[in-house]
Amino acid sequence: MEISGAKIVVETLIEQGVDTVFGYPGGQVINLFDELYLCRDRIRHVLAAHEQGASHAADGYARATGKVGVVIATSGPGATNLVTGIATAFLDSVPMVAITGNVPCDLIGRDSFQEVDIVGITMPVTKHNFIVKNIEELADTLRTAFKIAKSGRPGPVLVDIPKDVQIAKTEFTAKAQPVIPLPLSLADDDKLREAAKLINSCERPYIYFGGGVISGKASKELTALAEKIDSPMGCSLMGLSAVPSDHPRFLGMQGMHGHYASSMAQDEADLVIALGVRFSDRATGNKQRYAKNFRIIHIDIDGAELHKNIGADLAVRGDIKEALERLTAMVDEKKHPVWSERIAVLRKEEEEKLSAAAHSHEKDCGNCTAPCSMAGIPAEKRLSPYAIIDIIGKYAPEDAVISTDVGQHQMWTAQRYPLKKPRTFLTSGGLGTMGYGLGAAIGSAVATEKTAVLFTGDGSFGMNLNELATVVSEKLPIVIVLLNNGVLGMVRQWQTLFFDRHYSNTTLGRKTDFVKLAEAFGAKGIRCTTADELEKAAQEAFSCGEVCVIDCVVDCNEFVLPMLPPGGSIDNIITDIK
Amino acid sequence: MKQYVIGVIVSNVAGVLSRVSGMFTRRGFNIDSLTVGETESSSFSRITIAFHGDEEIKERIFQQLKKLHDVREVEVLDPHETVIRELLLIKVRNKPESRQDIMTAVEIFRSKIVDYSTTAVTCELTGETSKIDAFIDLLKPYGIMEMCRTGLVAIERGENCLNTIP
Repeated sequence: MEISGAKIVVETLIEQGVDTVFGYPGGQVINLFDELYLCRDRIRHVLAAHEQGASHAADGYARATGKVGVVIATSGPGATNLVTGIATAFLDSVPMVAITGNVPCDLIGRDSFQEVDIVGITMPVTKHNFIVKNIEELADTLRTAFKIAKSGRPGPVLVDIPKDVQIAKTEFTAKAQPVIPLPLSLADDDKLREAAKLINSCERPYIYFGGGVISGKASKELTALAEKIDSPMGCSLMGLSAVPSDHPRFLGMQGMHGHYASSMAQDEADLVIALGVRFSDRATGNKQRYAKNFRIIHIDIDGAELHKNIGADLAVRGDIKEALERLTAMVDEKKHPVWSERIAVLRKEEEEKLSAAAHSHEKDCGNCTAPCSMAGIPAEKRLSPYAIIDIIGKYAPEDAVISTDVGQHQMWTAQRYPLKKPRTFLTSGGLGTMGYGLGAAIGSAVATEKTAVLFTGDGSFGMNLNELATVVSEKLPIVIVLLNNGVLGMVRQWQTLFFDRHYSNTTLGRKTDFVKLAEAFGAKGIRCTTADELEKAAQEAFSCGEVCVIDCVVDCNEFVLPMLPPGGSIDNIITDIK
Repeated sequence: MKQYVIGVIVSNVAGVLSRVSGMFTRRGFNIDSLTVGETESSSFSRITIAFHGDEEIKERIFQQLKKLHDVREVEVLDPHETVIRELLLIKVRNKPESRQDIMTAVEIFRSKIVDYSTTAVTCELTGETSKIDAFIDLLKPYGIMEMCRTGLVAIERGENCLNTIP
């Protein structure tokens, strides 16, 4: 039977196993939305407040499940509003298919109303993209888009469909899933043997893992290797949640705002085993200094990442899970008692530095004019960022998916939140997209139907808080924890450290009342200034069954520590602000 | 810095040239020349890219090209095992006092005169880049009015091929 292009899109999505899409309607996707209406019992459409929010929701859906996230938007501004979301997914290797409408083929290239070359615009931030001008190619193009999005190193794919192609009709037959089994990229056996040799002869191994371990479903294989070779582990921001935060071998995130112990352990290691990472500048610091003391084995599925940022002594391309299985079988079981002792010392040093830093900074806000409204609250009662995260961690359900925005709160959460299972920590690592978090929380709540927690700052939250409307109308179980310090804290921190305290445009000083704001959206708002208040608020938020914004007042002079200054290295680590 | 020549087989679809050249721009690689044309199969085009760089840059370009969905085959061509050619069309002022010198240059370089008028003479020359450069240098004093060169095309010697069969 002949069906329309719009129907082919919906049928192909269903064929590809899609049960939920995120989006926003418009003139050039009205046919597609008509089909979504007709098929509303087979596929759910979540209406966002803005296409950017929809794209982050599709991203959050994908990160929380490992499935391909789908977002639909109209042409022109609808399409350009997706760009930040697509770029966010691209930088963090998230499988996503973005579908945009476009003006009919004969109007393309004439600067028609709401026409934009979205294929050209998104070329550098997609794995691949398509414009479908022939209905006969529509179904297979969409199938290919899904295949590209999830194969190898995942990433976003955009399919632009002009309106006349949505209207045209052709024959369609659904194909059973999986359409084409994804080819597995197998690591070279000789190279793995070489890697095993390096591992067997090293004395101070350190495993540095990243997001590739999560997308490659290799958490079990990772810890098995660490156990067998008696190695500590640290990770990039993207690697968080691959192993439980309290895993005895896990030293935490490394790098610019990473844990002292993991950054130091890496520097003192004689062999770094880098798994599913791309040696981002935020994780390595100064590249010339980075690998001065150790050799590197690098395993990644993307051949273009090998030797891209850091030259490895041994680079192996392959599926991480499969490679780790074979590698672990090849290595000798080892114990490194001296190294383990040293790691224990580093952990202890970290604790000492942490508590020293916590007590070092100015708590007297007497003459301060910053807008964080700390004055009048006794120092011992103030909410420290870590206390906020600890309290939320205590009351949030174990299986809650944590999202963050970008800035100080993101780093504090990354350092501190007790993560239990893979895919429970969603954050924009590569692009660092402020405004990512609320959309991502929506995506994860829709996908898992479990409580989602968003840690955000007053800067980031301001960027996309319109999505509160989505959260409320979809009745999603989301608790928003707002670390409200009245400033753009991360930039302010840099200004304090490197720009003589010239607080250029980082002092917000807004009069926004976040409690009223939450209420205006139909959510509950609670303001907390002390730990006791937050304890109560958290209990209420996680049990009231309403969308809840907890506005936590935080001192604007709190710093994220430790810190490797930009372009600096472990030699310049800052653990204390004088 | 050394010159490398890469042969790329790509699907003959709209936008493929943008994807390839865009990758170079985005990653900050410089292109000396880029040529593109259909292959023996109309489904595929062949792009020849010449660039200067070191071993590391060459490897990064190679890996990034391989990642592009429309790219079917990439090969860094070994200059000793490759025939490299470029085509030049050059228009020189036709003056009685220099006419004979131009003719001599044309003959020695095995160039061909493809257009002749009382005021201008247009020559065609194929060869390796160094030969083309030398020819241009030679004609400079006589007054170059206009010129265009195609950039490199390259093909391996012997039976080695960049296959277009996926």
